[in-house]
Amino acid sequence: MVNAKINGIPVQVAEGTSILDAAKKVNVRIPTLCYNDDLPPWAACGICIVKAEKNPKMLRACCTPLEEGMSVITHDPEIVQVRKTVIELILSTHPDDCLQCPRNGSCELQTLAAEFGVREQPFEKRLRDLPIDTSTGSLILNPDKCIRCGRCVLVCQQMQNVWAIEFLGRGESTRIAPAADVKLAEGPCIKCGQCAAHCPVGAIYENDQTKEVWDALMKGGDDAKTCVVQIAPAVRVALGEEFGLEPGSLVTGKIYTALRRLGFDMVFDTNFSADLTIMEEGTELVKRLTDFLGGKNKELMPLITSCCPAWVDYMEKYYSDMIPNFSTAKSPQQMMGAMIKTFWAEKTKIDPKTIYSVSIMPCTAKKWECGRNDDMRSSGSQDVDVVLTTRELARMIKQAGIDLVNLPEEEADSPLGPYTGAGTIFGTTGGVMEAALRSAYYLITKEDLKDVNFTGVRGISGIKEARIHIKDLEVRVAVAHQMGNIAAVLEEVRKAKAEGKDIPWHFIEVMACRGGCIGGGGQPYGATDEVRQKRMRGLYSDDEKSTLRCSHHNPAIQYVYKEFLGEPNGHKAHELLHTKYKKLELYK
Amino acid sequence: MAVAQIEFSKELQSFIREWKDKPGSLIMILHRVQEEFSFIPREAAERLSRDLNMPLAKIYGVVTFYHYFKTTKPGKHRIAICLGTACYLKGGQTLLEEAESILGIKGNEVTEDGLFSIDAVRCVGCCGLAPVIMVGDEVYGKLTKDQMPEIIAKYKNLG
Repeated sequence: MVNAKINGIPVQVAEGTSILDAAKKVNVRIPTLCYNDDLPPWAACGICIVKAEKNPKMLRACCTPLEEGMSVITHDPEIVQVRKTVIELILSTHPDDCLQCPRNGSCELQTLAAEFGVREQPFEKRLRDLPIDTSTGSLILNPDKCIRCGRCVLVCQQMQNVWAIEFLGRGESTRIAPAADVKLAEGPCIKCGQCAAHCPVGAIYENDQTKEVWDALMKGGDDAKTCVVQIAPAVRVALGEEFGLEPGSLVTGKIYTALRRLGFDMVFDTNFSADLTIMEEGTELVKRLTDFLGGKNKELMPLITSCCPAWVDYMEKYYSDMIPNFSTAKSPQQMMGAMIKTFWAEKTKIDPKTIYSVSIMPCTAKKWECGRNDDMRSSGSQDVDVVLTTRELARMIKQAGIDLVNLPEEEADSPLGPYTGAGTIFGTTGGVMEAALRSAYYLITKEDLKDVNFTGVRGISGIKEARIHIKDLEVRVAVAHQMGNIAAVLEEVRKAKAEGKDIPWHFIEVMACRGGCIGGGGQPYGATDEVRQKRMRGLYSDDEKSTLRCSHHNPAIQYVYKEFLGEPNGHKAHELLHTKYKKLELYK
Repeated sequence: MAVAQIEFSKELQSFIREWKDKPGSLIMILHRVQEEFSFIPREAAERLSRDLNMPLAKIYGVVTFYHYFKTTKPGKHRIAICLGTACYLKGGQTLLEEAESILGIKGNEVTEDGLFSIDAVRCVGCCGLAPVIMVGDEVYGKLTKDQMPEIIAKYKNLG
């Protein structure tokens, strides 16, 4: 332990603790800008400088460990003036169009400028006028707004291991760009949006498509559309944050009400199609596992989940040798899209061409997924017309003057609305695995589990392993989230296969974002592990309060199979609910 | 990769084999690549990315950080005009402007015929001769701006 003083207040912390973290312990807030809880300290901005007694230099609190006997001063007139100057210098290369900026009101630089009372621009303005990259359709990169804090680069390279962006150039001409200055869509970017979720300013943000949705909702006369919407599991435990609620607050019923008030004709729930995914993927798992144990089609194991579009993109680029191991089941978003424009359109006798299908997702990659390949047009036209992130939905609700917090709670529409506890936990790391195991147990034994909780696959740890006993059968599973953690798992599979050894796991769940979809790139800003865990708890509480907790128990699911789909993995299900993959080059 | 495989000389290939697993060897390897191609072609960077098992973004991070590395093909005759402290004080900037005006290009650009490119550089290591320019490996010292046309004409005649 280290004993020291911060602003005269005695503090005791473990060796190696930064001055920044030590200060938090005694309720002293040192301002930061480039620092982020998810990332190693980078010391790029210089806002967090402090003084230490007997040290002539100013120290950066984020990356300097507190030392025994140190006496740190975090605030005095000189320190505050230096910090203010740093902000003014950053602002001298930053555009002044705050009012038109997508981060207006949520910008960390704006907040600091306000806190420090910046009222003038003492330095010559030097803007760069670099081109805006809109190539991905999911994310917009505006390098003019970039303050070169480095968060997005660290996220993309270290957390996600994607390497879509890098600092190019040096000094004043340093810019964040893909290798060789190609467009984002021409490089390895998987559209996970973690860069956008971590950017403190408006340099990388989601492609805002709220206007398209407003236009569709407002259209009348002959052009009128039947506007149908679905919401993803993770949205319901995060949207509340945009309206002042605690992270993890479950606002499902209020979202349904808000969506109806926005003008949607039908409100469905992606949790329903998560249950549907489990029927398809669970059946696929049982088939492949049975074959495997019988010595057949051994190369198709392990089975790897495919609900996460950023992960699909990553696999097609970095691990295309694993394509045979990928579940062919579409993601819940795309299954719902297909069901709306086929089954539901047929049932209600609405021409699918007049349906406008919107989905609300915690994810920027979902914007790309809805046009990923021809399988996403199983109804004849694009199954999901447009994808909005949680942040965009919050904007629409605010624009419509809807008081979300005090809304009455409504139900989703049937039959594509009702869901089980298994569907709702899809939004967190480990949730797809747990939901699949609950139904796989039934599919193999024809009996239901007494205890449906698989706690071994829950939690924030990057890679989780468990051995599950289905009667005499031991199923080995692994769960990985945050793209940078995936390599360790897949390399082990590759190695075992190359050496002709037994595979380390039978079933692997992968989600690209830290914590799973609840930590998605389209979720409200400011996710830390604490926030992610609160959102997770929100989903598990939704699961616990559900009377039905296994997908195969969902009466609406049983109904759509009976009325329309036939058998899981049957002919019709394959046509509408499954997809293919292909190897993609890293650079076009 | 979509681009066709680029040929590396046997020497370059064996140099890469020798150094690829040693930490910090990227810059050294890039030097050899630039020696061979006079710049770092995109195809060469992509091949290095595969050979060194290193993300292309990382390679471009290094290539664009150092002025020395070029990502576009320079002119056959590279005119390096020194703007280090001594040369600058002795009129390096005037030499740069003169060369730019004669050739009709700016720094980091190449003439249409591909013969010349101009780089402003910082100190070539012979401040006693300031102001200095280099054309390829040849050094011209104690220059005045009216000597520029003659020097450029000499290389133009070489083709």
